[in-house]
Amino acid sequence: MRHRYHSCCNSLRELLAHSSLEVKELALSTLMRFVQLEGGHPLEKPKWDGCYLFPHQLFKAVVEGLLSLEDDCSLLLSQFREYLEHDDIRYHTMQAATDIVVRVANRYPEVPLTFWNNAFTLLSAVSLPRQEGRTSSFYVKHAKLSQTWKVVHLKEHRKAFQLMWLGFLKHELPLGLYKKVLVIMHDSILPHLAQPSLMIDFLTRAYDMGGAISLLALNGLFILIHQHNLEYPDFYRKLYGLLDPSIFHVKYRARFFHLADLFLSSSHLPAYLVAAFAKRLSRLALTAPPEALLMVLPFICNLLRRHPACRVLVHHPLGHELDSDPYDPEEGNPAESRALESSLWELQALQQHYHPEVSQAASVINQALSVSEVSIAPLLELTAFEIFERNLKKKCQESVPLQFIPAQGLLGLQDDLCAQHFTLS
Amino acid sequence: MGKARLAAFRRKGSGAPAGAQSGRARPNPNPFEVKVNRQKFPVLGRKARHAVGQPGVSRARAVQKRTQTLLKEYKERDKSNIFTDKRFGEYSSSMSPEEKMMKRFALEQQRQHEKKSIYNLNEDEELTHYGQSLADIEKHNDIVDSDSDAEERGTLSAELTAAHFGGGGGLLHKKTLQQQGEDEEKPRSRKELIEELIAKSKQEKRERQAQREGALELTEKLDQDWKEIQTLLAHKTPKSENRDQKEKPKPDAYDMMVRELGFEMKAPPSNRMKTEEELAKEEQERLQKLEAARLRRMRGEDMGSDSRKPKHLSADDLNDNFVLDKDDRRLLSYTDGKMSVEEEQSREASDGESEEDHHEDPSDENVEESSDPDGHSDLDSDTETEEDCGRPDTEPRLAPQKRLANNGHKAREAARNELPYTFAAPESYEELKSLLSGKTMEEQLLVVERIKTCNHPSLAAGNKAKLEKLFGFLLEYVGDLATSDTPDLGVIDKLVVQLYNLCQMFPDSASNSIKFVLRDAMHEMEGSVEARGRVAFPGLDVLIYLKIAGMLFPTSDFWHPVTTPALVCMSQLLTKCPILSLHDVVKGLFVCCMFLDYVSLSRRFIPELVNFLLGILYIATPNKHGQGYTLVHPFRASGKNSELLLVSDEEDTATWQRTGLSLRWASGLKAQTKTEANHTRLSCLAVCVALVKHCALLYSSLPAFHDIMRPLRALLTEHLANRTHPPELQELCQSTLSMLTDMGKQSQRCRPLVCEKSKPVPLRLFTPRLVKVLEFGRKQGSSKEEQERKRLIHKHKREFKGAVREIRRDNQFLARMQLSETLERDAERKRKVKQLFNSLATQEGEWKALKRKKFKK
Repeated sequence: MRHRYHSCCNSLRELLAHSSLEVKELALSTLMRFVQLEGGHPLEKPKWDGCYLFPHQLFKAVVEGLLSLEDDCSLLLSQFREYLEHDDIRYHTMQAATDIVVRVANRYPEVPLTFWNNAFTLLSAVSLPRQEGRTSSFYVKHAKLSQTWKVVHLKEHRKAFQLMWLGFLKHELPLGLYKKVLVIMHDSILPHLAQPSLMIDFLTRAYDMGGAISLLALNGLFILIHQHNLEYPDFYRKLYGLLDPSIFHVKYRARFFHLADLFLSSSHLPAYLVAAFAKRLSRLALTAPPEALLMVLPFICNLLRRHPACRVLVHHPLGHELDSDPYDPEEGNPAESRALESSLWELQALQQHYHPEVSQAASVINQALSVSEVSIAPLLELTAFEIFERNLKKKCQESVPLQFIPAQGLLGLQDDLCAQHFTLS
Repeated sequence: MGKARLAAFRRKGSGAPAGAQSGRARPNPNPFEVKVNRQKFPVLGRKARHAVGQPGVSRARAVQKRTQTLLKEYKERDKSNIFTDKRFGEYSSSMSPEEKMMKRFALEQQRQHEKKSIYNLNEDEELTHYGQSLADIEKHNDIVDSDSDAEERGTLSAELTAAHFGGGGGLLHKKTLQQQGEDEEKPRSRKELIEELIAKSKQEKRERQAQREGALELTEKLDQDWKEIQTLLAHKTPKSENRDQKEKPKPDAYDMMVRELGFEMKAPPSNRMKTEEELAKEEQERLQKLEAARLRRMRGEDMGSDSRKPKHLSADDLNDNFVLDKDDRRLLSYTDGKMSVEEEQSREASDGESEEDHHEDPSDENVEESSDPDGHSDLDSDTETEEDCGRPDTEPRLAPQKRLANNGHKAREAARNELPYTFAAPESYEELKSLLSGKTMEEQLLVVERIKTCNHPSLAAGNKAKLEKLFGFLLEYVGDLATSDTPDLGVIDKLVVQLYNLCQMFPDSASNSIKFVLRDAMHEMEGSVEARGRVAFPGLDVLIYLKIAGMLFPTSDFWHPVTTPALVCMSQLLTKCPILSLHDVVKGLFVCCMFLDYVSLSRRFIPELVNFLLGILYIATPNKHGQGYTLVHPFRASGKNSELLLVSDEEDTATWQRTGLSLRWASGLKAQTKTEANHTRLSCLAVCVALVKHCALLYSSLPAFHDIMRPLRALLTEHLANRTHPPELQELCQSTLSMLTDMGKQSQRCRPLVCEKSKPVPLRLFTPRLVKVLEFGRKQGSSKEEQERKRLIHKHKREFKGAVREIRRDNQFLARMQLSETLERDAERKRKVKQLFNSLATQEGEWKALKRKKFKK
């Protein structure tokens, strides 16, 4: 009888890798049912009364089946997510996942991408409750709960959670996965760790990587610095290094500028640093699209407002004429970029921008800056389409002005560039 | 309570005379009678009402009043009957005694008279009117005969008036006398009289009708006679009659005539004809004015102020429909499709509004055309003559068929007879498409032109809406043409002119249509950005829409409802669309050209454009060092498209010649051979470098010119270092690079920024806060109702106190009276007792004396 049961479990476990999704789902639900029943009626007699019973072997096999090496199990995992509501399943999933990740990483020198993806999907599906709830729900039914069981305590859950993530993150992950992890880091990983400071290694590694990953690591680092007293040497220098022309074009622009605004909001920053940031940003603004400009121009003005010592950048009546801009854009150290000796000529150039709103925003520096800061929060998520719609909806009070030079054809007049460089045939 | 009320009344009554008395008393006050109420503080503006009091006077007055009222009552307290004087007006104080006497007399008379009439039954006064008894007249109940009234047209006959109202003058008086005589000889009843009147008026009516009929008959007879005579007299007259009869059932010709006349009414020149110099000057002035307005808008000066006047329209003479006439004339003369609209248009541009005198003075026009500085070298001479011939045709714009036939151009027109001359304005896009599809370019243009002519807004009320719709349909048609596999760019090229003209007529609806297509394009892009994260370059239609928007509306405005969104749209094209193929490069470069055309006058800075050119230069660079520049989205430093424009075939490089890029490349034209593709690549590169050069010229005045152009300079240097380009391109690169560096050198030295001096902030002035104080004291500072309530309570309290005081004084007065009465009574009694005692004593004395005498005796 027991033998039959084991063989049945094994074949079901194999069916988890079946090609058809329905078969897989059915197999999973059957296995989970087995887990429940076996937990309730253990195969071996419990050693003493009130002993915690859970079919570890069977459940581990299920999780292993989910973390397939070959095919993408995301749909199956999304079904499995329902079971993760239960405390015991969650706890044992975390334990099993930790084991499996270690085992797979040891066994194969080149771990396939699908495994990592599956593992990430499973791991990110695990979400701990914020507070220790009194009413813990168990998948395997027990007559009465005992406080001596590990499963009951949130602290133990946290420990398992931390072990799982640390075990997962210490391996060499693909870049895409890095990004995914970092995106959810501040929101769903860091708050649940028993010791968040253990994430420092991972985050600093990611921050040093450069590019978009650095941008994303910034958020986790910020939480560590802000809430866990992390000392990060050369933080601002690295932040300064992150500013390159692509910053206005990446997806995470809003998040980055939100954090940068936070980092630079301190009034204890030295003037040279803020000046370097302002100058760097305005230099980069020369390549930015209008939606980014509408955000970054108030940002720069806010910097100047917070740090009156930096106002020489826009108002330097005693300065001498210079042959060239003293600012050194190649210099990585903001202290040596000589930004304070320079002026924001870039903003002056942007006053000639083709978009009226940008031009107006850049013209702010012509007058003495007003005292109150401009909130950039509503501008962070601004897209070009919104600007377009806004321009389109703006009403003209009078009739629309018309071109008075009569049209002569598709390519325009003789001296137009289109007519010079293009032909119709 | 009754007493209290009485007292209050008395107080009130005594108030007025007291004031009057004190006023009177003031000139000569007795210092011993005056009590001065001293004021503690003199308050400005407050009237001192009780500064001086006269206690003696007022007490005397109060006493007097009480003796008159209270005392009287007191004295009559035990009496049950009252003496009332019922004589007229005895107690009314408003009447003078004389009046009273008069009234009394009148009343007395009346009473006497009435009394008389009661008992005198025979005597009766008779009222008369013109000697007739009124009672007699009243017997006729006034019946106003409405029928006769209408017949008589509102005027009543003399007899009737006389009968009903008894006449009105001396003449009628006589008549009534006569009537009276008749009455005497034969007394007729009233009914008879009225019947007679009715009969009379009916007869009159009948007579009049008969007379009218007679007159009508006579005229008819006269007409007939005249006709008979006419047929005898002349042969031609019946014809005219026939024509008259014919014209009646054919209103079209008549309508046409009327409209034509109406049209010509507008045309006659009211001023003398202007000379050429004057025209040129006027044109120049107009252009100057428009240019000034454009500059103003470019600087965005009237962004805040709403006082912008639409000078544009009025200056363009669009309101008087001459534009359309002008166009009709030109395009109807479009005879064999040889002539191009563009030439026409440029000629128009040169002599603008001098159109009016064209058809009046064709020779003049010829001279003008030949001396046209624009140089239409390709204008065929026969076209020109044909145009002149065709010009008269076009004068009858609204009835072209008749005149054309008259002018003897039948042979030429026969070829084009399959086209109808009038078109209903299309109600839907499909309708327009079915009208235009399958026709040649010239025919399509002609159809559009005729639709426009037949539905000119001055002809019918609904035409404006129709033509506004036509603009939208044409725009859609252009888009359709552009998206087809083999885009008919020639037709689009010509249709642009039509669009321009329509746009000049209806700027608002045209701007709405353009906005609509732009929004469509942007929505499509947004959708695919959201769905897939990236977006391909849109089709040629969007590019053409953008181009058309730039041609119809001024591009240099600081803010414009159409061109500003178009600029954003182009910026999106340059930043969001990755370059995947040669087509994309061509499209991108076309967008760049448009962008630069848009800002050619305003010289505005476009960061995206510089980025894009940088990217294009990059994908044409063979060995990348990546020094001094950073690529931004949508270009990637490495990847499969990072060497898209690289030409490695030396043979192709050698055979390349610089030509304009064809727009067909943008619509998916496939390169036939590899050589052709390579040539296109090189052309793209050349265009790109030329655009860089243009940018350098355009932005040389920007303060950050160096920083803007640094990456481009670095890449161009790399290009030059390669030396694999054809010599022409190499030269272009060289000149561009030298320009970039030169401009950099001679560009202004870096002067530190200085804020504009702001006005000094004026000192804060503390003007007093003004609060309206309605009442002083405790009552202040509450709501109106509350104040009113408090005021009433206060008043009640004071009145109550006053009433109590009066009652007390009344009682005192009464007590005083009673006391004096008692005293008087006591004194009387004492006196009487004394008297009695006296008399008794005398009696006693007398008796004693008598007794003594007796005893003595």
